[in-house]
Amino acid sequence: MTNFPSAARVELANGQLRANLHHATQTIRAKRASVVAELPDWEELREAGRAIKADVLARLDEYLVQFERAAQTAGAQVHWARDAAEANAIVVDIARRHDVSEVVKMKSLTTDEIHLNEALAAAGISALETDFAELILQLDGDWPSHILVPAIHRNRTEIRDLFARTIADGPLTDDPRELAEAARVYLREKFLDARMGVSGANFGVAETGTICIVESEGNGRMCTTLPPVLVSILGIEKLVPAFADLEVFLQLLPRSSTGERMNPYTSLWTGVTPGDGPQELHIVLLDAGRTRVLADEVGRVALHCIRCSACLNVCPVYTRTGGHAYGSVYPGPIGAILTPQLIGVENAPLPGDPGFARRFALPKAVAINTLRHAVDLGV
Amino acid sequence: MRIALFVTCLGDTLFPETGKAVVRILERLGHEVEFPAEQTCCGQMHLNNGYREGAAALARRFVDVFGEYDVVVAPSSSCVGTVRELYPQLVPDAAELGERVFELSELLVNELGVEDVGASFPHKVTYHPTCHSLRVTRVGDAPMRLLRNVRGLELVELPAADECCGFGGTFSVKNADTSIAMLADKCASIVSTGASVCSAVDGSCLLHIGGGLERRGTGVRALHLAEILASTEEA
Repeated sequence: MTNFPSAARVELANGQLRANLHHATQTIRAKRASVVAELPDWEELREAGRAIKADVLARLDEYLVQFERAAQTAGAQVHWARDAAEANAIVVDIARRHDVSEVVKMKSLTTDEIHLNEALAAAGISALETDFAELILQLDGDWPSHILVPAIHRNRTEIRDLFARTIADGPLTDDPRELAEAARVYLREKFLDARMGVSGANFGVAETGTICIVESEGNGRMCTTLPPVLVSILGIEKLVPAFADLEVFLQLLPRSSTGERMNPYTSLWTGVTPGDGPQELHIVLLDAGRTRVLADEVGRVALHCIRCSACLNVCPVYTRTGGHAYGSVYPGPIGAILTPQLIGVENAPLPGDPGFARRFALPKAVAINTLRHAVDLGV
Repeated sequence: MRIALFVTCLGDTLFPETGKAVVRILERLGHEVEFPAEQTCCGQMHLNNGYREGAAALARRFVDVFGEYDVVVAPSSSCVGTVRELYPQLVPDAAELGERVFELSELLVNELGVEDVGASFPHKVTYHPTCHSLRVTRVGDAPMRLLRNVRGLELVELPAADECCGFGGTFSVKNADTSIAMLADKCASIVSTGASVCSAVDGSCLLHIGGGLERRGTGVRALHLAEILASTEEA
């Protein structure tokens, strides 16, 4: 593993990356600031989010069992995975039972965290990323550098050249609409042929066994509705107690994340509905270190995170180095407190100066003091 | 009112003029300032690098050395922030003392109610609000109020002022390349103002910024707020 300072040196030398990061993070910051300012009860919403998450973590054992029962009652099959290997084996097994050689995926940090695509590839199954940015990265053998905008480090010309060499039928310009159309044509065929979809989850509702995903492109809804088999992988911390709790998070997340009042697509599915959507739904509840994080009185606050990624956009380190230097699917300030807890401090390349981070009051969707925790955890 | 100067380790070893300036300003306003010679570093470096016990020993010492004074003043929002925010985790009785420890501009504006300290500094100045002063010690606009009342001083706004300069204590040593990338942006902002002086309330950040400005041959000086406020028409 390359240490952070050395990895950062390489990234910092990339002028294109620096310019893209600056432009994109400044743009999202400004959008977030303007939509947050519209809500008179923003701080109350953040506090409500914190309180709901604190309750979920305090009673996670009960909520997980409740979720499992509700999901099963609605017709889903629920699997428990202790670690990445178990989760991957479950997905591979499902694919094999259906004799599937290609799955369509929506953007999911959790599946990146457990290296699902590699595990599927090792079993002879290809996993097609259908999010526009994830597709770009996959076609080029690259990997995400931002939680929300995974291809933040790439530019249009690079993408044009990449598409021309991989998926495009004819000549392309670097007009964004043309690039999107090339991806759309390519993906549409894949969606129609797909027999198995794979998703992560933004939220799981314990009360109803419902899974909720928010997205911008609609590719996720294709993945979760067209294939007859759907597998959704859910970190165990992603639960909320009741359907009504989504009201809080569906306001917090888009405003804090993309700087939108509401994200374009919000999908919710509960078990299986005969004749509509996937007829076989598998839910994989993933631990992969989360129980250990939960056991730590200070560290457990990292499990409050709903991956809004607002902390990345204001971090003076992240906005210069980008995400690759962190060597983790979770970069930036939240990654600095989450990754070492999930995989061990010795395995996580870190800027390694929490005092530095302490000086920044980071915006985030849920009210948690990321930085005080960085100091207390010594990461 | 017994006022003690907490000069900080950087002030002691690299910027003694800053400490002297604090004393000159307060004496000019009619106060006496004592300097307890037993004082040491506040221990922020130790704490930030995981040496909690080493920091606790220094916190204990700080409370012993400064506990008897009515007010403790330091030309550093960073060190004041450590005393106020982090000491209570280390030494239980530090919380009470923390309420009497102030960064210079806070003491002048918020505690003593003074915005015009009788200074004169006929130069174009821009002000960099350091991270600690904004988000930990929260000195607010106290430094700006003081600068606006300095004779002859033209205060110009710094673009992207609240961006970190890249110093970050040991961060600048451990992550030199990232630190320099941040410094480059800060220096460009400073130069764009056309100011001949960049001021701040933290010697540590000014050390970093001053180095950057000098290496780039900008001709812009980095100067602590205290030294501007101590300047008069006579000297």
